[in-house]
Amino acid sequence: MNVKAQAVLWVAQRASAAVLALCVTVHLATMVYAIRGGLSAAEILSRTRGSVGWLVFYTVFVLAVTVHAPIGLRAVLEEWFGWRGTARDVLLVGLTLLLAVLGMRAVLGVFL
Amino acid sequence: MQVRVWRGKADGAFQAFEVPRHASQTVLDAVTHIQRVLDPTLAYRFACRVGMCGSCAMTVNGVPRWTCRTHVDKVVKNDRMELAPLRNLPVIRDLVTDMSGFFDKWAKAKGRFSGSRTRNDDFQKIEPDSSGRIAVDAGIECIGCAVCYSACDVVAARPDYLGPAALNRAWTLVQDERDTRTLERLRAVAGDAGCHSCHTHMSCTERCPKGISPTAGIAGLKRKVSLALLRNTL
Amino acid sequence: MSLHTGTLAALVHRLSGILLALFLPVHFYAIGTTLESAAAFDALLAWTQYPLIKFGEWGIVLLLAAHLGGGLRVLALEFLPWRDWQKSLAAAAAALALAVGLAFALAL
Repeated sequence: MNVKAQAVLWVAQRASAAVLALCVTVHLATMVYAIRGGLSAAEILSRTRGSVGWLVFYTVFVLAVTVHAPIGLRAVLEEWFGWRGTARDVLLVGLTLLLAVLGMRAVLGVFL
Repeated sequence: MQVRVWRGKADGAFQAFEVPRHASQTVLDAVTHIQRVLDPTLAYRFACRVGMCGSCAMTVNGVPRWTCRTHVDKVVKNDRMELAPLRNLPVIRDLVTDMSGFFDKWAKAKGRFSGSRTRNDDFQKIEPDSSGRIAVDAGIECIGCAVCYSACDVVAARPDYLGPAALNRAWTLVQDERDTRTLERLRAVAGDAGCHSCHTHMSCTERCPKGISPTAGIAGLKRKVSLALLRNTL
Repeated sequence: MSLHTGTLAALVHRLSGILLALFLPVHFYAIGTTLESAAAFDALLAWTQYPLIKFGEWGIVLLLAAHLGGGLRVLALEFLPWRDWQKSLAAAAAALALAVGLAFALAL
């Protein structure tokens, strides 16, 4: 990967971090509020089913995470496990896809 | 006090010496005593012994320091002190390291000034309170002692990481409006081996004996590279 | 490697990130069971009555808050003008994480 691509990864990491700062704040606040006294599928789904607002919010959240987490792990794999090169990056692309698929499945699960 | 000193190269061992304590004794005084009185085969570096040249830098109780500017009283614990060569550099012998890799990285970061004027032109006038000059002044006093390089955990984790000193020097040149090679320099300091791998541990800032903050300069380089990316000039 | 403020903040940030990255696929998978049926999801939610699971949930929330705090610290250091309060950013990040952890614990 050339230097310009590595610089793009850095920008993507910080941009997704900024998006996540907002999403995480909303998510934590929502969870603290909603979990009071226990949680059930019915309670969650009554809020999210058919709600375009939550659909948009969680889609943005999931996509930001799929960008942010693998780039973060890329540095960890290199610095703590000495793993560099294309094989590592290919694995991380695979992880990105896994997170995207599982994440959107979850988003659609609570929306539909 | 007991002073344990690294002997040998990468393979080696600590050797213990009994060194008398004196008032206002520096760590360099202790090393000098060992070499002159106890064991003349000990290899170590020093020059000015007054905190100007940075040659006496070594690891004192796990922390990279200038030994001429470190009082024994400040670092000795239970009458013991441990001295080792600077981390992240190959060991030539005992307390002496090979600094060539450190300086090679300065060259890789394009840490050299490239002006456009000749001796026939007038001086370029720089406002001392311009933001560029203030940024340069904050980082220009680096004397290349490698304390920051030793302190840096990213240098330890990534052999090709340019390191805080080289990146700080690149920053002072990027901020110098007289320099003509900014884009080339930004390309040299970007990426995994450059500014983007700084994780803001700030060990460099913590340990720099000149009070420079390479972290600040590296953050500046990150912003400059991002701007160049957005403008598609990188 | 000496553990001063910045190194500790970066270590917490990195460790929390790794643990969250490991947790996320599990989290996504669990919520995705709602696609099968609400009952399938409720079966998984039944696990949350156990104290150990509740403790784990609280732990994840704490990790998320810690990672957010550490991340805000990095963004501040990289994008805001340089000032002398950089060290206090680490303390602020820790305080934020603990506050969120407390709020969640009370909600549980």
